[in-house]
Amino acid sequence: MANELQKVFTRSPLLGTDTHSLCPGCGEPTAIRVLMENVEEMEERENAICVLGIGCYTAFASLMEVDCQQAMHGRAPAQATGVKRVLPDRLVFTLQGDGDMVTEGIQEIIHAAARGEKITAICLNNATFGETGGHMTATSVVGQKSKSTLDGRDPDVHGHPIRLPEMLRDLDGVAYVARGTVHTPVGAKKTKKLLRAALETQRRGLGFSLVEILTMCPTGWFVPTADGPRFQEENILPVFGVGELKRPAEL
Amino acid sequence: MTNPTRAFLEGGHALAEAAIQAGCRFYCGYPMTPSTEVLEYMARRMPEVGGVCVNVEAELEGINMVWGATGAGVRSMIASTTNGMALMQESLSEMVVGRIPAVIVNMGRGQGDYFMCTRGGGHGSNRCIVLAPWTAQEAVGTAYRAFYLAEKWRHPVMIFGDFILSHTSETVTFGAPADATGPLPEKDWATDGARGRAPRLLTSLGMKIPEAPDGTPLPDGQTRTDVTAPMRMAVRRHEAIAAEEVRVESEGLDDAELVVTAFGVPARFARYAAKLAREDGMKIGFVRPYTLVPFPEGRFREVAARGVPIAVFENNAGQMVQDVRLAVEGRTPVHFIGGISMDSSGFGVGPEIDALHILQRLREVYAARSAA
Repeated sequence: MANELQKVFTRSPLLGTDTHSLCPGCGEPTAIRVLMENVEEMEERENAICVLGIGCYTAFASLMEVDCQQAMHGRAPAQATGVKRVLPDRLVFTLQGDGDMVTEGIQEIIHAAARGEKITAICLNNATFGETGGHMTATSVVGQKSKSTLDGRDPDVHGHPIRLPEMLRDLDGVAYVARGTVHTPVGAKKTKKLLRAALETQRRGLGFSLVEILTMCPTGWFVPTADGPRFQEENILPVFGVGELKRPAEL
Repeated sequence: MTNPTRAFLEGGHALAEAAIQAGCRFYCGYPMTPSTEVLEYMARRMPEVGGVCVNVEAELEGINMVWGATGAGVRSMIASTTNGMALMQESLSEMVVGRIPAVIVNMGRGQGDYFMCTRGGGHGSNRCIVLAPWTAQEAVGTAYRAFYLAEKWRHPVMIFGDFILSHTSETVTFGAPADATGPLPEKDWATDGARGRAPRLLTSLGMKIPEAPDGTPLPDGQTRTDVTAPMRMAVRRHEAIAAEEVRVESEGLDDAELVVTAFGVPARFARYAAKLAREDGMKIGFVRPYTLVPFPEGRFREVAARGVPIAVFENNAGQMVQDVRLAVEGRTPVHFIGGISMDSSGFGVGPEIDALHILQRLREVYAARSAA
C-alpha cells in the first residue's frame, strides 16, 4: 500500500470535458469549478437548475452537467424566481457577472433579495466587461483603466463602484451574503465554503443568498496573464473586502 | 371555489379564469389599467388551485419570471398594458428564438400596439403568434387556444385585447374549443432538474448541430455550435405557423362592392355598421382577422382579386391597414377609416368607437368607390 499513489484531486463529474473559450488567467473557471464541486458533494445534481446571465461565463452553460436556462442580460434573478416559485424543492442558482447583475440588472437582484426569494445568486465580479473587451462596469474601481475610461475611472465623471453585497445585507429577505476571491488556492478553497453556506441557506429555506466572487480578468484589465492575481491584490481587494457579511443563526 | 362552468364576468376576469382552467399555474403582473383586473383575479384564484401569482416590481421582471416558470415546464402567463408591454419587448423577441411557449396578454389602450404586437416589438425578425378576441366568450376560448398553440409550436403566444374587452361583462361558458384539444408534444426541453436523464440547456444563443456551415455532416458524431440556427429555425416555424394557423371570420363577401375590416372589439362596431349599411342598400362585406400573426392575407387577396375596395377601421393612426395593403399588393384600393379615438383618461374608449360614425365613413367610401 505504501508505494501506491493516492488520488487526491479529480475533476468534478459535473464539469464537462469540452474545451471552452475563456482567456488564460481568467478566474471564472475556478469559481465555476468550486461551485460544481459543491453541487456534487451536496448530491444535488438531479435537483439543480442554473440560470445564467450574459457574459463570458455563459459559455459554461454547455459544460455544467446540470439543467441550465440562459437569461437575458441582467434578468437572471427574475427568471430564477419563476423557476423556484413553480419548483420550490429544486436548488436554483444564478450565475451572473458584475456587468450583468450590478450594471444592467440591479433592479432584478434588489427585488429578488427584498422578496426573500429562496434562490442563490452568484456574481462573478471581475470589475470589467470582459466579454466586450474591457469596458467599465458598475464595479470598476476608481482609477481603473478601461476602453471607456481611458485615463482611469474618475468618480467626478464615471461615479463610484457599487458594493452590492453590502447594499443588500440590510434587506430583511436576505439570509446569507458573502464575498470570496479565487486569485489564490486558499481563496478558492474559502470561496467554496462560502458557496456551500449559501446553497445550504437555500436548501434549508432560510431566505435569499448571494455570493460575490472576485475573478481575475487580465485581458480586461490590460495586464499580462501572470499579473492577474497581483492586480487583484493591489487594486480590487482594497475596495471589495472578502468574507461573510451576513449569516443566518440557523446555519 | 370550484371551477365555474358558466359565469357572468368581465372579459379580463373571464380570460383569467379560462387560463386557470387551461392549466396555467404561474401568473405575474404589474397593475395597469385595463389589465389590472387579470392580476386581481389571479391573486385571489391562483392560491385556490395551488398556483403562484406574483405582483411584480416591473413588467421587465415579470416577463422574465414567466420565461423561467415556462422553462421549468409549467404553463405560465403575464398580462399587461401598452407601455408595460413595451418594457417586455427584448425578452419577448428572444423567447421566440429560445422557443419559450408562454402566454402574454396585452389589454391595450386602444389599438395602437398593433405594430408592437405583430412585429415582434424588440430585436430580430421574431414574431409571436397573436390572437385578437372580440368578445368575452372568445377571450375564454382564446386562453385555452393560446396555451395549446404555444405548446404545439413551442412558440410564445400573445393575446391582444383592449379596455372594452377587459371591462365589459358578458355571460361566458368555460371549456376548451375543439381546435385547442388533442395531444401535445412532450416537454422534452423543460429544465426541471435532470432527474434520471441527461442535463438540458434552454437557450436562445445557439445550438449544437451536426453539420458544417456548408451543410456537410461532421465526422464521428461531432457537433458545432451555430448561433444562427435558432434564428433560421424561427423563420421556418413562422412559415409553418402561417400555413396552418390562420383564423379569420367574414360575412357578405359574395356580392360585396366594399369590404370593411377590423379586429378585436372595434370589429363588433364595424360589423354592425356593415349590417346597417346593408339595410340602406349598400352591399358591404365584413372581414375580421382573429389571428393577427399569422395575418389572413389570403382572404384579402380573394377580395382584391375581384377588384372590391377595402375599408380598414382600427383605433390607431393606421397600422393593420399596412398589412392589408401588403396583402393586396396594389390590386384594389385600401381606405383607412379609423383613427386614434380616446376618452379623457387615454384608455381608448373614444367617440369614434361607434357604429353610426363607422357607417358615415363607409357611406363616403362606398359613394366614391366607382370614382376610384
